[in-house]
Amino acid sequence: MGTLSNIFWLGIKELRSLRSDVVLVALVAYAFTLSIYTQAKGTSSEVNNASIAFVDEDQSQLSLHLASCFYPPRFKQPIRLQAGEVDQALDEGRTMFVVVIPPRFEADLRAGRRTEIQVNIDATAMYQASNGATYIQRILTDEMNRYLQRSDARLRSPMGLVIRKAFNPNGDTSWFNGIVAIINQITLLTVILTGAALIREREHGTLEHLMVMPLTAFEIAMAKVWANALVILSAALVSLFVVVIGALHVPIAGSIPLFVAGTTVYLFFATALGIFLGTVARTMAQFALLIILLIFTLQMLSGGSTPVESQPEWLQWLTLTLPSRHFVAFAQAIIFRGAGFDIVWPQFAAVAGIGLAFFVYSIRRFRASIAESR
Amino acid sequence: MTAPLPVATVTGVTHRFRDVAALHDLSVEIPAGKMVGLIGPDGVGKSTLLGLIAGAKRIQSGKVMVLGGTMSDLRHRDAVCPRIAFMPQGLGKNLSMELSVFENIDFFARLFGQRAAERHARIARLLEATGLAPFPDRPAGKLSGGMKQKVGLCTALVHDPDLLILDEPTTGVDPLSRQQFWMLIDDIRRDRPGMSVVVATAYMDEAARFDWLMAMDRGRILATGTPADLMKRAGARSLEEAFVSLLPAEERGTGGPLVIPPHKPSGEPPAIVARHLTRRFGSFTAVSDVSFEIDRGEIFGFLGSNGCGKSTTMKMLTGLLPASEGEAFLFGERVDGDGTDTRRRVGYMSQAFSLYTELTVRQNLWLHAQLFHLPDDTARRRIDDLVARFGLAPHLDDLADVLPLGVRQRLSLAVAVIHEPDMLILDEPTSGVDPIARDEFWELLVDLSRRQQVTIFISTHFMNEALRCDRISLMHAGTVLACDTPAALMRARHVDDLEHAFIGYIADATNDIAATAARAAVEASPPTPPHPAPRLARTLAYAHREALEILRDPVRLAFAFGGSILLMLVFGFGITMDVENIRYAELDQDRSPASRGYLASFSGSRSFQREPELDGITDLHRRMRRNDISLAIEIPDQFGRQLTKGSAPEVAALVDGANPFRAETIAQYVQGATGVFFQEQVRSMSRGTDPTSSLATIEPRFLYNPSFESVYAIAPSIPPLLLVLLPAILTAVSVVREKELGSIINFYVTPTTRLEFLVGKQIPSIVIAMINFMLLTLIATTVFGVPVKGSGPMLTACALLYVTATTAVGLVVASFTRSQVAAVFATAIITMLPTTQFSGLLQPVSTLEGNARIVGTLWPTTYFMHASVGAFTKGLGADLLLPDAIALAAFIPVLIGAAVLLLRRQEA
Repeated sequence: MGTLSNIFWLGIKELRSLRSDVVLVALVAYAFTLSIYTQAKGTSSEVNNASIAFVDEDQSQLSLHLASCFYPPRFKQPIRLQAGEVDQALDEGRTMFVVVIPPRFEADLRAGRRTEIQVNIDATAMYQASNGATYIQRILTDEMNRYLQRSDARLRSPMGLVIRKAFNPNGDTSWFNGIVAIINQITLLTVILTGAALIREREHGTLEHLMVMPLTAFEIAMAKVWANALVILSAALVSLFVVVIGALHVPIAGSIPLFVAGTTVYLFFATALGIFLGTVARTMAQFALLIILLIFTLQMLSGGSTPVESQPEWLQWLTLTLPSRHFVAFAQAIIFRGAGFDIVWPQFAAVAGIGLAFFVYSIRRFRASIAESR
Repeated sequence: MTAPLPVATVTGVTHRFRDVAALHDLSVEIPAGKMVGLIGPDGVGKSTLLGLIAGAKRIQSGKVMVLGGTMSDLRHRDAVCPRIAFMPQGLGKNLSMELSVFENIDFFARLFGQRAAERHARIARLLEATGLAPFPDRPAGKLSGGMKQKVGLCTALVHDPDLLILDEPTTGVDPLSRQQFWMLIDDIRRDRPGMSVVVATAYMDEAARFDWLMAMDRGRILATGTPADLMKRAGARSLEEAFVSLLPAEERGTGGPLVIPPHKPSGEPPAIVARHLTRRFGSFTAVSDVSFEIDRGEIFGFLGSNGCGKSTTMKMLTGLLPASEGEAFLFGERVDGDGTDTRRRVGYMSQAFSLYTELTVRQNLWLHAQLFHLPDDTARRRIDDLVARFGLAPHLDDLADVLPLGVRQRLSLAVAVIHEPDMLILDEPTSGVDPIARDEFWELLVDLSRRQQVTIFISTHFMNEALRCDRISLMHAGTVLACDTPAALMRARHVDDLEHAFIGYIADATNDIAATAARAAVEASPPTPPHPAPRLARTLAYAHREALEILRDPVRLAFAFGGSILLMLVFGFGITMDVENIRYAELDQDRSPASRGYLASFSGSRSFQREPELDGITDLHRRMRRNDISLAIEIPDQFGRQLTKGSAPEVAALVDGANPFRAETIAQYVQGATGVFFQEQVRSMSRGTDPTSSLATIEPRFLYNPSFESVYAIAPSIPPLLLVLLPAILTAVSVVREKELGSIINFYVTPTTRLEFLVGKQIPSIVIAMINFMLLTLIATTVFGVPVKGSGPMLTACALLYVTATTAVGLVVASFTRSQVAAVFATAIITMLPTTQFSGLLQPVSTLEGNARIVGTLWPTTYFMHASVGAFTKGLGADLLLPDAIALAAFIPVLIGAAVLLLRRQEA
């Protein structure tokens, strides 16, 4: 009873302190609204506005028609190059794709003679090169087929292929990016909020003050967990309803309460990590440097930026220790695939377990870290 | 005798910090060649006035003439700067704690352009004179407070100043060191009689020895004159009384002299027992074998300098710190970290104000009442009572942050006694509080002790406070030298003040005869013509110091090198566009040779990984929901027959679209596999004549990266990313750190230009960044197997230009951030957006438009990204990388110029 009351009042204090920090409140508000929206809409791995050039040595009706099939927003207006300029244009990075149409192309095609279109791709532009190349090939093939099918019926496709994308039929990247943006903001802000609050208290000596009162490290840490988790959870919920559902129109396939429960478990981990860093770092400056390294690791390897399945196998084993990976996994499962607790419980358990490890370690180190800091 | 020209004349100076005025229309003439004292409690504007005279602060209004010219004239300021020495407030405030005694002094000597031989000779002499000669290699951070102040004095004297300004040089220093310090100053003045010394102090007994005094209160000068003059005018016996009588009536306080009834022994078991308490930090013993017993209701004092172990002992008593040896008992119960029951009977007040400044007075009181589980009505009565007794009523709803120092102190005490403890442990509760507030505070203590039998254990470094205790312990360097009533201690040493008694005990303990340490007089320095320091020498002085500091700061060092290696691996392995091992399952409702033939085009590919067959639509959805498969292929009944008939059967592929990027790639692979199957079908059906041969083939040529593995694109893109993020952060932190620690004052008061300062800070960061470039290149070639195909030397040149530009970005950020945390996050945010979005990492610059294109063009990463990818993967030679190098070089003067313009030459 005493413990609960202590945790409650200390947490209320935490909330009051936070409220008086206008900059931080503004940062949280921005991070979970505008920032989520721009991140969701901003980056996309779809081919967009790709630069393309044509070397047209045929100058026939067909070759001119082919060039006209590339237009915004997928592609920029194609630029024309001479045959000798191809390498230079690619070296300088002026264009990503160069399509070379050989001389007598249309004539050869009509006559059934073999001919070849060359597509030069700057393969250092990984994000767009692969999809872009496929688009270009498909557009060129379709256009040539349409041109030839007028004469040869056998070339009609013998079978149809219908590709459907489950859970996100139009492949709208803002759905996925919006959710990942929320996850990233939760990680970043929770860790900073909790850790910085702890270090500030230690530097001001208020923590020392608490430790000479009849309070335990568990109570002090737990108060930080619930108060900071509550703030971020509320912000994340606003973000989910207003930005993700309201503005981005993401259909939530699964149960929102289940997602909220999972987020709460993750928040326990993130606050525990914040407290852990707060006890490990001796000064605020050290904390800031540590955060930079840690946040990048948590975000880059979570599966939110590139799929976990693409990581080397040994790394996939290692990233199992990153709760951010489990969070991305169960968020995808609940929100898009409509998974239930029976499917996501292992990830919930992993996050809770890792969080608990940090929490227990931090509490054990609590007293020592105050002693060492002076 | 005609009075010489004053060394400094201040006329009508007003100085504000935001809306608070530190100095009000202040005018004073400071005579030359004298030992001038500036007296007054904390926070009355002493430091501000000294900062203005030293040229460290910008003059807002009024006129400050120093050494014959006005300090608002920058030319005069720069000209007299080498003749002024300023030692700021705080123990070792202008020293670098990581550097040794010698290195610290050497840094200042370099700033004043002294050559190596001259520097060594001067430093040797100064160390000899200050008694620091045995420890030239000891890091400043490991010195006692008194020694730090001596090193500070050496740094101030290394260039023979004509005006020496000392801001509270002896606050918190033990009395013996304090005495030695003043003897040292006397010796120096004897050798250089023309030198003027201006000293701010809070110790009235020290001030009584000075030639001439300025008494200050609330930003105004109350009176000036010799100490005898001031006392005579006020008709007071001591300088402290004289000072109080100079104050306006409403500030003088109400009570007469404080009367403390004597303590009667309680006859109960002692409230506090300490037995052989010892505490070690590594090899350093902070407290050694301390024992004492404190009676119930007694006021027991701990007297000692900063860092002598007072706070450590108190923390062991409260259980904050475990003792290395020995034990302590409060009310007969052994102290350990977990005993929450004893803690209910103890109130604690730590050295610094440690309540929540962001809460109001009322909220602070209620929070503590709740944490001690006072029932609501009891708490309300108790808080009302304390608010009335401690005079907090007018401040009840003010934030603790804005309270005057004296009120904060009373609030701290109110909070400490809210649960009516039987014992109070107070760690220097009155430091920084003016004498009147201190008296009021003591009245409360006396009341608690004598009326409510509260045991009070208090530490202080003020002698007159120690005199008020029933008994005191004299503490020095971790040991208790003596413990008795103040009167008994003075009697034992046959002296009539406590200070001399204490000095006697310290001298005995350290086998030191107080006088000798400072006896080795400073010889008159040979007259060396002050030659201006060459720019380069000062720049290198800063670079040298910065390099030493980084090398001795394990965290920054680890971040500088470990950070880039870690992130290179994380990014290199973490960012990959290759989609492999797509788990798929088939739902074959036809089971004909044709359907098996079609499915074979999947099972044969290394991109796909076959999972057990699906047994229905429900199974399909279930497994996709579980993320067991990412792709399901459904072949309809009659697929084979329809295919032969040419009636185009329809195959359905369901792709997991949760991650759209991956879904898109999977869809393309499915199309590709189907395309292959389709061509085979057409060929076999046409029986010989191959109509597809008439189709033009489309030949994709993946330049630079024929196998199209993302590592060839990613690995060369990471160094540009890391070489902006980490060097910019490190550089920004190195500058802002000086602001935060206060050592930037050295830049304000020495003849260092902004460019010299900034470039000096930048050089070590550039060196670190170049080492990192080499490491990253090594990782790219070995771990990721991506060789440099183009011009290595040109890439290195580009890297050098690039890191010079990115460290300059750090300098720019440092010019407008104040804390290291702000510097880290501001740099991260400012650099990461243009670097990841507009520099060709995610999207080639050629695809950018509008503002994004402009930002990309104006950001150095764009060019180094191009150079790095060009040199690694595209195999570009030096000629093709040259435009990038030129563009990168152009950023350097612009960024450094901006940093120079934004950096303040003086404090606000």
